[in-house]
Amino acid sequence: MTNDFKKKKSQKEQTFGDVMRSQGVSRRSFLKFCAATASMMAMSPAMIPKIAHALENARRPSVIWLSFQECTGCTESLTRAHTATIESLIFDHISLDYHHTLQAAAGHAAEEAREAAMEENYGKYLLVVDGSIPMGNPGYSTIAGISNYDMLMETAKGAAAIIAVGTCATYGGIPHANPNPTGAVSVNDLIKDKPIINVPGCPPIPVVITGVLTHFLTFGTIPELDHLGRPKVFYGQSIHDRCYRRPFYDKGLFAETFDDEGAKKGWCLYKLGCKGPTTYNACATTKWNNGTSWPIEAGHPCLGCSEPDFWDGGGFYKSLSMPTENITQTAIYTAAGAVAAGVAIGAMNKSKKNSAIAAHDKTTIDDLEK
Amino acid sequence: MSEIEFLNWVRGPGFQIAVIIFIAGIIIRFAEILMLGRKANLAEPKGSEMSGGLHTIVSRSFPDKSTFQRSTFTVVAGYLFHIGLFVTIFLFAPHILMFKDIFGFGWPSLPTPVVDAMAVVTIIALLAVLAHRMSDTVLKFITTKEDYLVWMLTILPLVTGYMAFHRIGMTAPTLLALHILSVELLLVVFPFTKLMHGFTFALSRWYNGAISGYRGVQS
Amino acid sequence: MSASLEKGINALKEQVDSTVASFFSSCVHCGMCADACLFYTETGCPTATPIHKVEPLRRIWKSEYTLLGRVGKMFGLTAKVDDELLSKWETKVYDHCTLCGRCSMVCPMGIDIALLIQKTREGMAAAGYAPESLIGATKRAVTIGSPMGVKLPALMAQIKHVENDTGLTIPMDVVGAEYMLLLSSMEIMNFPEFIEAIAKIFTKADVSWTISSEAFEATNSGIQIGVADIAAELVQRIVDAAEKLKVKTVISPECGHAYMAIRWEGPNLIGKPFSFKVRHILEILDEFRQDGRLKINGKEEQRLTYHDPCQISRRGGVIEQPRNLIDMFSDNFVEMPDAGKMNWCCGAGGGVSTNERADKVRLKVFQRKKDQLDEIKPDAIISACSNCRIHLEDGLEEYNMDIPLMSLTETLAEHLE
Repeated sequence: MTNDFKKKKSQKEQTFGDVMRSQGVSRRSFLKFCAATASMMAMSPAMIPKIAHALENARRPSVIWLSFQECTGCTESLTRAHTATIESLIFDHISLDYHHTLQAAAGHAAEEAREAAMEENYGKYLLVVDGSIPMGNPGYSTIAGISNYDMLMETAKGAAAIIAVGTCATYGGIPHANPNPTGAVSVNDLIKDKPIINVPGCPPIPVVITGVLTHFLTFGTIPELDHLGRPKVFYGQSIHDRCYRRPFYDKGLFAETFDDEGAKKGWCLYKLGCKGPTTYNACATTKWNNGTSWPIEAGHPCLGCSEPDFWDGGGFYKSLSMPTENITQTAIYTAAGAVAAGVAIGAMNKSKKNSAIAAHDKTTIDDLEK
Repeated sequence: MSEIEFLNWVRGPGFQIAVIIFIAGIIIRFAEILMLGRKANLAEPKGSEMSGGLHTIVSRSFPDKSTFQRSTFTVVAGYLFHIGLFVTIFLFAPHILMFKDIFGFGWPSLPTPVVDAMAVVTIIALLAVLAHRMSDTVLKFITTKEDYLVWMLTILPLVTGYMAFHRIGMTAPTLLALHILSVELLLVVFPFTKLMHGFTFALSRWYNGAISGYRGVQS
Repeated sequence: MSASLEKGINALKEQVDSTVASFFSSCVHCGMCADACLFYTETGCPTATPIHKVEPLRRIWKSEYTLLGRVGKMFGLTAKVDDELLSKWETKVYDHCTLCGRCSMVCPMGIDIALLIQKTREGMAAAGYAPESLIGATKRAVTIGSPMGVKLPALMAQIKHVENDTGLTIPMDVVGAEYMLLLSSMEIMNFPEFIEAIAKIFTKADVSWTISSEAFEATNSGIQIGVADIAAELVQRIVDAAEKLKVKTVISPECGHAYMAIRWEGPNLIGKPFSFKVRHILEILDEFRQDGRLKINGKEEQRLTYHDPCQISRRGGVIEQPRNLIDMFSDNFVEMPDAGKMNWCCGAGGGVSTNERADKVRLKVFQRKKDQLDEIKPDAIISACSNCRIHLEDGLEEYNMDIPLMSLTETLAEHLE
């Protein structure tokens, strides 16, 4: 145990440069990665040497990963997306001290690891959260008998920063969907006194997570965030604005069904319910699976998964311009009720007029002057 | 409330509320107009009420030459913004999707750039109409607060729609939500303001044509 | 009993029907009615905007017959009709409107504004806000039988003159006659030539006709002032006489509002259809023409134009007949711009000529007619309304225009073989 701990500690003293060298990454490909990172994060080329220097000397940060009401999709996205690349090395480099899905330890042993990491790195560790927190009843989701809420609040206290990964952690996600049976809330609904980086998506793009980590490793700070706490560099533009099918939208050329001519010709998927116009994410530029493709390229409308309440938008295949409720039914019921009300009000009008006629006093020439 | 929650609200309950007020309002307004009734004309007719009425419903859209010359601005600007409103409301693909969702059927759309250009023309025409209203002696005199309110609520969906389409100034969901909200406001006030002329014009033109037609004059 | 605000408001309430409600619901305040109204075009005064003149009726409709207005009324938010409003509106409704109905023809929403003004007058009169001179004329019409105070002996004297001049007989109170002729006081006093012309034409046409000694007055002050009860009383006199004489057709003379009153309003005022027909004299003459009963001798050389009296053409539907008749004796006929159903009012209809207070403005707005005439420069003007005729003569004199005015019936009579 003591030896293990020492070994671990010595690993923690390794810099990212050490990790790279031990993995046989050439300096050339490392600089390429730095250049790519700089461009991805919209930094000037002058920053590349600085990123390289900072990364090379970055110490392994301690990371605690809490999973609450989630589906493990976010973890899957991160761990399986890439073959061995420098991005994946970022994961190798961090000291993932607690992640109950990935770690070998379980039960009390696992919790001890979390507590130890918290104690040792108090004020310095990064807290990553995926999944939403049920507030309806603490018993809805517990880990080792500890409610999600208690674990989050306890762990958040000593964190340098929190990264909320996935739409559940950032906005409540699917558990929060109407009628939200568990009373699910997001991380930033509960924690107000820590810097929180929201990385929404269902799941989020892996490179966005590594980008955020790289930024943290390089500068020790969090990247610039938008009004929803999302890193601007990745969430600054909507899917629609960067979509390669955008020209078809502008020309008014739409696929009407999934197998019509328009669909085959790759026309805009707006009419099939695409939420690209209201969704901010980097899918259109970074794509998925090592830049292979992304939903719209695969012929499917964007679901808007990186936006709050994307599950409550009235159906994935309902266009943005369509009302989400059944308006036809509303209209018919309203009309039926209004006809009754109208007849009543109309009858009031008629009777008012009739009483005016009844009150009519025959006007003679003697009635013309006051 | 987040911007997507806002958008979901205007697409959901907000739209529902607006449609309820709009439809109930229009039906009630028609009932309160029609149920007042009208006495049968006992004079010996010289022409048909029905054909005179139907004729005037159509013919009042086309002013005679002298009227056109005297009210050129009102007629031209009026035509422009009414056609513009028709095109932007009914011939824009996303809007047709909404109608299709409600009515169960749709119709062909115009190319998006055409609708976009039409929106600009309409906005300019409405601005001109406002300038005219604020400067013309007669219009200045007869204009009420309601006229300005209705003008505002008419141009808002155009402006917010244009902004939402070109994504100017705010995030896309906010713009879209504001656009839909502005339409909902329009729907809510529609039955209770002069906007109602969009429906009652047929009624009043019919009465005018019927009164004249009965006397053998095509009005 | 006397006029009161309550009575006025009640009268306005009675006036609102589905037409009124749909008209007010449709107004968009576009202002086009002003451009169609000579009281605006010639004065430039925005208070003459037709739709503005019916504000009292609009307020009653809004506060009594609309959902929003009723709610507003509960909270005191809906504009009220009070004495101050009505006194302010008196001149707008009576002095600055001739009920010509040109606004009703251009309103893009099809609002029959002239009808609304007519209805507004009902409320104004009941509330005691009718012009003094109109009240006087109405009183004379009811008590004496003529707004100008013309009594039967005066008519008989004129008839005697005509009979002496022409050697023709004017049939009085002939039971079973085909036609019963009505006359306006103006014709009796100012244009007895009209009686002469009728006698000539009807004798040549060989039809039976008569004048009733009990109801010869065609005009109806009740219509002008806006008191349906009085209008009905005046109509009833004619109906009684026509039924008594068992005539087939009652002829309205060359007078605009008289035709409106007896032809279109009459049955509605008394609440039952007539047992006889009502025709304007021009309709009868055109029927004679069609039947070949009129033989014309010689053509008029002068450049002639026809002034359409509003109540006869635009509001009454007699538009083709005068042109057919003029064609019989003229090859040099020219239409004024906007002639026919879009013709401009002379400026004195709808009680304005009776209303002394409006003398100045009616001459001012005559400018419109002057402009129309200036465009075609006719040698003579023909019309078919004594009221138009008197005012046109006034106007021509005021504007130093030397154009003779002729009655269509009289001119036709002159050209009979």
